[in-house]
Amino acid sequence: MKSLDELAKIRDEARKKLEIRDGESGEKTKIIVGMGTCGIAAGARETMGAVLEELEKRNLDNVLVTQTGCMGLCEQEPILEVEIPGQPRISYGKVSADKARQIIARHVVNGNIIGECGINR
Amino acid sequence: MSYFRAHVLVCAGTPCMLKGAGAVKDALCREIERAGLQEEIRVVETGCLGPCDDGPVIVVYPEGVMYSKLKPEDMAHIVQQHLLKGRVVENLVYRAEKEKAKSVVSLEKKGYLDRQYRIVLRNCGRINPDSIEEYIANGGYEALGKALTAMTPEQVVATVKDSGLRGRGGAGFPTGLKWSFTAPIDADQKYIICNADEGEPGTFKDRLILEGDPHSIIEAMAIAGYAVGADQGIVYIRGEYNLSIERLQRAAARAREMGLLGKDIFGTGFNFDVQIRTGAGAYVCGEETALIESLEGKRGEPRLKPPYPGVAGLWGRPTVVNNVETLANIPPIILKGAEWFRGIGTERTPGTKVFTMLGDIANQGLIEVPMGITLREVIYGVGGGIPNGRGFKLAQTGGTSGGCLPKEFLDLPMDYDTLAEAGSALGSGALLVIDDSHCIVDVLRSFMKFFQHESCGQCTPCREGTFRLYELFSTLAAGEAGQDDVKLIKELCQAMQLSSLCGLGQSAPNGVVTAFQYFEDEILRHAAGECPAGVCRNLSAGTRAV
Repeated sequence: MKSLDELAKIRDEARKKLEIRDGESGEKTKIIVGMGTCGIAAGARETMGAVLEELEKRNLDNVLVTQTGCMGLCEQEPILEVEIPGQPRISYGKVSADKARQIIARHVVNGNIIGECGINR
Repeated sequence: MSYFRAHVLVCAGTPCMLKGAGAVKDALCREIERAGLQEEIRVVETGCLGPCDDGPVIVVYPEGVMYSKLKPEDMAHIVQQHLLKGRVVENLVYRAEKEKAKSVVSLEKKGYLDRQYRIVLRNCGRINPDSIEEYIANGGYEALGKALTAMTPEQVVATVKDSGLRGRGGAGFPTGLKWSFTAPIDADQKYIICNADEGEPGTFKDRLILEGDPHSIIEAMAIAGYAVGADQGIVYIRGEYNLSIERLQRAAARAREMGLLGKDIFGTGFNFDVQIRTGAGAYVCGEETALIESLEGKRGEPRLKPPYPGVAGLWGRPTVVNNVETLANIPPIILKGAEWFRGIGTERTPGTKVFTMLGDIANQGLIEVPMGITLREVIYGVGGGIPNGRGFKLAQTGGTSGGCLPKEFLDLPMDYDTLAEAGSALGSGALLVIDDSHCIVDVLRSFMKFFQHESCGQCTPCREGTFRLYELFSTLAAGEAGQDDVKLIKELCQAMQLSSLCGLGQSAPNGVVTAFQYFEDEILRHAAGECPAGVCRNLSAGTRAV
């Protein structure tokens, strides 16, 4: 170890992998996948897999991925919700793996809500 | 690497491991794999989370849900319900955390951990103690870097002095002052010793700090070395602390690999290394001069003071001996400054204290709270009160050498001076709660048994005094003692306090002396053939409660 900068570099790299242990905070984007029996039957596991893969590929931190149970809209499963701090939570229905990737690219990264996939509540 | 959406931290401290945390972790990993979640969920071993009596314990992040009293067969349920479907398994949630675990999505901070203030245990149960990267991620080794590159040794000593940090081993001596005795001495060699010979019955905080966050001690020792001009550090640790020893050794090796120990640290020309030495389990070796004798390969007996170790310690060289918990406070003080530290706790004793709670208390285990908190807040707040509907009889603070405090002292703020004025000691941080089903004579007898076993035998007051006290309390409990014996006990206590060579003999009678202050009636009734609590079998049970 030769300098504080070198230490800071290791710190920042390692920090990303631990962010999840800070728990929830108002500053993180939240992605919630419906993981009720209905969701899983409709393919929510694949959706979840695609979400994680995409986050990893894009090296996104500050995003929290969590699950929720059935919300009574079983015919819309897999349901994926995105909550960006300061914005209303948006629910997407029938989210396939492909659609999940698109949501991350367009909504999570660029902030554009994909209107045609939303569930009207 | 995969993107892990959840981390499961499995407590791998000694108490949890003894309760089967290893099997729980294996079952967890097996179930995760069976559910095909191994790319999504990361399982990490971590240090003590606190609720030792309710182990094995795990915490699931990001939700921060704590599960307790786990068995391997519970893990399938947790994986299927919580990790797969996001439903908290409520019946397995740690009871003191239940309120906040109602829902996975919204969390409220009002559980067991939230009542605490964690400086020393900042990383315990948060990081993997075997990973230097995780320690660095939480700001590890930054304090060392700051001290070496931006501060002079004098400034480091001054900061610690200004912080008001006092030794957490028991005596409460100001740490900065200790350093300032050694720093200006011109010597060819100086030493930093970390006293991890934690022998006080009921105290296991140092063990859990070392198991949960070994790097914090290594970093602090290097900072101390820089401050006083020492390039060698020695951790003197109890031989029974296997897990602490292993983790310390691995931590030191990793720090060496990364150039955080060794030569020319941070390119400043400062050299420092740490070696680990194990003790053979003598209580007296927790006394710093006996510890040094033991390190030199001699019999563990205390030295006459002065000279103090700060001037002539190991091999006659200036030596700073600091307790584990004391050292764990150093990096945050260097990073955040003396002012910050003074803002926590009380004016005379800033900072926090780590306690091991045990005895008749609901939440046995490891906690950290600000200094000055009252006994009542600890016992009935974080501690969860006294189980089985019993009443509070006494609390012994500071381990077996501390005093016995009755319920009138429940609102006493806990810091070194206040407790010393009450005849007890904050000591090493053991907090033994005793309910009203116990007999004071029986309790004291078991304390005295410990001391007569652990007295090193060097000086007469302690060697003979501890032996006779145990004998006298045994006869008292057997109903064979009279008023003369009670008088003799008092005299013996005074003689030991005044004339013993070291802290062992001086403090051994503390429990007895305070018991005479607050429970004299109960003791005297033993001399009259009556045990009010109905514990001592040869005596008649009392007619009125004590």
